[in-house]
Amino acid sequence: MFSRILIANRGEIACRIIRTAHRMGLRSIAVYSEADASSRHVRLADEAVLIGPAPARESYLVAERILEAAARTGAQAVHPGYGFLSENAQFADACAAAGLSFVGPSASAMRALGSKSAAKALMERAGVPLVPGYHGEEQDPGFLALEAQRIGYPVLIKASAGGGGKGMRMVERPQDFAAALASCRREAASSFGDERVLIEKYLMRPRHIEIQVFADAHGNCVHLFERDCSVQRRHQKVLEEAPAPGMTAERRAAMGTAACDAARAAGYLGAGTVEFIVQPDGTFHFMEMNTRLQVEHPVTEMITGLDLVEWQLRVAAGEPLPLAQEQIALHGHALEARIYAEDTARGFLPSTGRLIHLAAPAESVNVRIDSGVEEGDEITTHYDPMIAKLIVWDGSPDNARERACARMLQSLAQVRIVGVANNVDFLARLVACPAFAGADLDTGLIERERGFLFPQEAEAPPEVLLVATLAELLREEEGARAAAAAHGDPYSPWHLRDGWRLNAGYRRTLTFRCGEVEKRIAVGYTGGGYELELDGHSVSASGMRTGNSRLDAQLGGARVPATVVAVGDRRHVFLHGRAWQIVAGDPLHHAGEGRADTGGLIAPMPGKILALLAEPGAALEKGAPLLVLEAMKMEHTLTAPAKGKVRQFRFEVGDSVSEGTELVDFDPEAQ
Amino acid sequence: MSLIQSRLDTRSQEYRANAAAMRRLVEDLREKTARVALGGSEAARKKHVARGKLLARGRIDALLDPGAAFLELSPLAAWGMYGNEVPCAGVITGIGRVEGTECVIVANDATVKGGSYFPLTVKKHLRAQEIAAQNGLPCIYLVDSGGANLPTQDEVFPDRDHFGRIFYNQANLSAAGIPQIAVVMGSCTAGGAYVPAMSDEAVIVRGEGTIFLGGPPLVKAATGEVVSAEELGGADVHTRISGVADHFAESDLHALSLCRRIVAGLNRRKQVTLDVATPQEPKYDPGELYGVIPSDTRKPYDVREVIARIVDGSRLAEFKSRYGTTLVTGFARLYGYPVGIVANNGILFSESAQKGAHFVELCAQRGIPLVFLQNITGFMVGRKYENQGIAKDGAKMVTAVACARVPRLTLIVGGSYGAGNYGMCGRAYSPRFLWMWPNARISVMGGEQAANVLAQVRRDALEAAGRAWTREEEDAFKAPIRDQYETQGHPDYATARLWDDGIIDPAQTRRTLALGLSAALNAPIEPTSFGVFRM
Repeated sequence: MFSRILIANRGEIACRIIRTAHRMGLRSIAVYSEADASSRHVRLADEAVLIGPAPARESYLVAERILEAAARTGAQAVHPGYGFLSENAQFADACAAAGLSFVGPSASAMRALGSKSAAKALMERAGVPLVPGYHGEEQDPGFLALEAQRIGYPVLIKASAGGGGKGMRMVERPQDFAAALASCRREAASSFGDERVLIEKYLMRPRHIEIQVFADAHGNCVHLFERDCSVQRRHQKVLEEAPAPGMTAERRAAMGTAACDAARAAGYLGAGTVEFIVQPDGTFHFMEMNTRLQVEHPVTEMITGLDLVEWQLRVAAGEPLPLAQEQIALHGHALEARIYAEDTARGFLPSTGRLIHLAAPAESVNVRIDSGVEEGDEITTHYDPMIAKLIVWDGSPDNARERACARMLQSLAQVRIVGVANNVDFLARLVACPAFAGADLDTGLIERERGFLFPQEAEAPPEVLLVATLAELLREEEGARAAAAAHGDPYSPWHLRDGWRLNAGYRRTLTFRCGEVEKRIAVGYTGGGYELELDGHSVSASGMRTGNSRLDAQLGGARVPATVVAVGDRRHVFLHGRAWQIVAGDPLHHAGEGRADTGGLIAPMPGKILALLAEPGAALEKGAPLLVLEAMKMEHTLTAPAKGKVRQFRFEVGDSVSEGTELVDFDPEAQ
Repeated sequence: MSLIQSRLDTRSQEYRANAAAMRRLVEDLREKTARVALGGSEAARKKHVARGKLLARGRIDALLDPGAAFLELSPLAAWGMYGNEVPCAGVITGIGRVEGTECVIVANDATVKGGSYFPLTVKKHLRAQEIAAQNGLPCIYLVDSGGANLPTQDEVFPDRDHFGRIFYNQANLSAAGIPQIAVVMGSCTAGGAYVPAMSDEAVIVRGEGTIFLGGPPLVKAATGEVVSAEELGGADVHTRISGVADHFAESDLHALSLCRRIVAGLNRRKQVTLDVATPQEPKYDPGELYGVIPSDTRKPYDVREVIARIVDGSRLAEFKSRYGTTLVTGFARLYGYPVGIVANNGILFSESAQKGAHFVELCAQRGIPLVFLQNITGFMVGRKYENQGIAKDGAKMVTAVACARVPRLTLIVGGSYGAGNYGMCGRAYSPRFLWMWPNARISVMGGEQAANVLAQVRRDALEAAGRAWTREEEDAFKAPIRDQYETQGHPDYATARLWDDGIIDPAQTRRTLALGLSAALNAPIEPTSFGVFRM
């Protein structure tokens, strides 16, 4: 076994690998970009080496820098994590050339499997079932369109070098093919440096089930059962679970055998994942093989009780697999939810910012949190906006999945994030939605359940406003107490905030905006507490704020624990497992200095202008594409807000813009 | 300091009767206060609010630090006067915290006769400025006033303590380093224009605030020029062209936020040099004060029962407890501040007066603020006492009280009669604050005594002329005198005329005194130099 390993990654996976390295008594060496100097993975590692500026292209994707770091620190092995260089054959070669063990398969296996087309050809020869499609080298758009026609719409265009949902387009109609192809290629080129694509039949109501395999250098190959990753949006996995609901022992064995065959066919070594598309009748087709540790590997760890990173390291060190197939047992049910900084209500736009408040449930046998960030850290545009993975497990003999779902809901209710938009509430709705709860899974679940998953934003219930009001009042009291302690007259009764008035009572009104609705709460001071009146109902309120923005409130005699985090004039209220965002009205606020509306279109997030799609002066219909903004490695198209004309673009292709920047001067046509 | 051992029996018939009587007085006080707090007529208020303006009290609430106290001054000013049409005398004054700084606030109520200045409006405004001057408190004027009330011009304009004194005070307060800030939220016409103009910094509200020496009607009459109020002296004119005001505000709330910003930047830091301690609530409930005070004012009680329900921990270190026992003197703490208490416990004799003078000297020398609890029918009279020189002993106490430069606060808890009022720091002795309880009475002597004295003089004159005076005739003679004294000695009558800074609920005494004392500590305590004590 090695004694020093370098982790060529960042974020939660780097932290995850460091955890196992430490448990195994290995010295962990992190690498980091300038943006990550104080990141959690750097803090956790025994050593850390700066490898370049923030953009991944200049740091985490630069093989030479990582090899230099390995040489400098005397690392014997490199664990690439997932993403970045994890499936880069040249890097694997370079590691070998530098005398380093690459924790992963051989470069040749990677090459064989890295191109989806080549992989499919290989699998076809090995007798693994495939989805109809075109996986050839010919990339002429006209030719590809004909192939799509042959396969039959709907089809899926995928980057040959792709993965993780990037560089994929589903096309339903022939007339949309050309645009989708062009867009797919741009994204493929920018994400993978390879614009080649393949085309496949888009299957109806398919499930995505993958098999975890492990092979060693001694000819052993085992599978660690399946994971069901059907719950996806835009081909990105959102919820994963193991085992797959409804999986029979026979089909599990069949798929496991097929997966091991696939691994053997590629001369595979280490951890790999064979992805299958499964049709409602249970027939399965090989989709691709991922030559890395998957994001969702923890669900497999939870049901097998194994440490996959440890297995990876042992295999890389030349040891045989720790267990034979028959020694590997499946126990219980595990779920993983990916918590992302993204605005679910605005098309899942990635969100950036500082994690002003971050709270998660306590870890236990049943609950696991894999995270690369802590409160106070920043989610930037440079990297994946994942905040954490929440994994739960239940070992009940009869209803483990049901219990695991309940645990997941309970755990999500304890996740509180302020500072970035996030998908915690969405995940909770997803777990609770009847289709998921009933295990009626397929990759279209999120689209199909839109009505349930994207409810009209309900008006904040009265309790939310009352709790927010109480927090506001208690915060005022605290502020006054702190000011008193630092004051030249520390015990002055003027410091008290009890609304004292001579021969009279005192009432004031606090206002909050919930969406478009303004709510007014009348506050009466009762000495030691408050009387809050909202919509004609009065309730006595008192309480105290404890650490970390938590509030122990008493409302009308009932104890109501809540969390209220203040960020500027925003109040993030976490109550009964749900998050609400309301805006505190500043009584001294005035609305007089607003700017006239210039009709500009605004960058929804920081990013780079990728393409300008409209001619200034040309008449446009409402919804016509105006420009493409690349942000967080995703393309966002800004469209015409109304019928009209572009007067001018304020930026050129290649310009970087920050969030809120006006991009286009647009003149709507007079009605 | 020793804990005062209360002998109050809260279950006694007497306690309950007393408490019920006081509760009625307090309810009456609160009811009157609530009534005047509304301001002008409903129509006037509706009209005011319809223009997007805040009512005067709303302005004050928005200006103050949220939830912090407001120590309103003389809310019942002009009560029962001017045909009962000028509640609060048309101006709300008080002390409140703005950005952590205690400030004097003077807010015109435009819903009351257009905010114009009646004689008592002037007096109340000047009193607020006097409090600012004595206690070193920044002044904030929320101006919304048509200026002097023309029908009463002879009582408003010409004399020393009339309208002009406001601006004299502004100049001299500013000279003394006491900030003068005006927020123009309505008219400032004629003399009123000088309030913002004489201020250190002024904010004006667009569309509402106007400042001019002569309004549009006067201009038209004088020169024929037709001009709108806004063009003549609106916010835009004064912040952009004339420079009469400094900050342009979009609304009342915006103006108040600008005012808060100004106060936040005043660079003042209150530094209390007293030996303060952590405050302690009294051991005895201040609410019990209702039952402590006999409903019959002539009935004696131990004033220590009052002290015990005001001071920290109900603790008092008495001074000379065995000497001159009709005056209780001693050291205590009020919200942690050290205070010297001087409280009447009966009529003043030579010994009690000397003791009082001695104690006041001690406090002045040590820099300890004084709290006077007045319940005094006067000094003892009669040959024995005059021959002993009670006048010169009384004079010693008056000299000591008059000259002591430490903050002095006076609370009239019962009677305030005759020279006792002087020795116990009545209004003429310029205590920093003077409050009354609702059961208090103030007059040169009691109504009964006055009636008897006048009847005696009358009887002597009649008898000298050889005429008889029947009992009935004497009663008929005395009744209106008693009535007059009862009316004029009543706290409502006193507070209406600003003989005090307000009537307070006994249960609020501790906090009121402490707020006043704390506000007073914004001014440094100066050394005292006493006049000649007649020995």
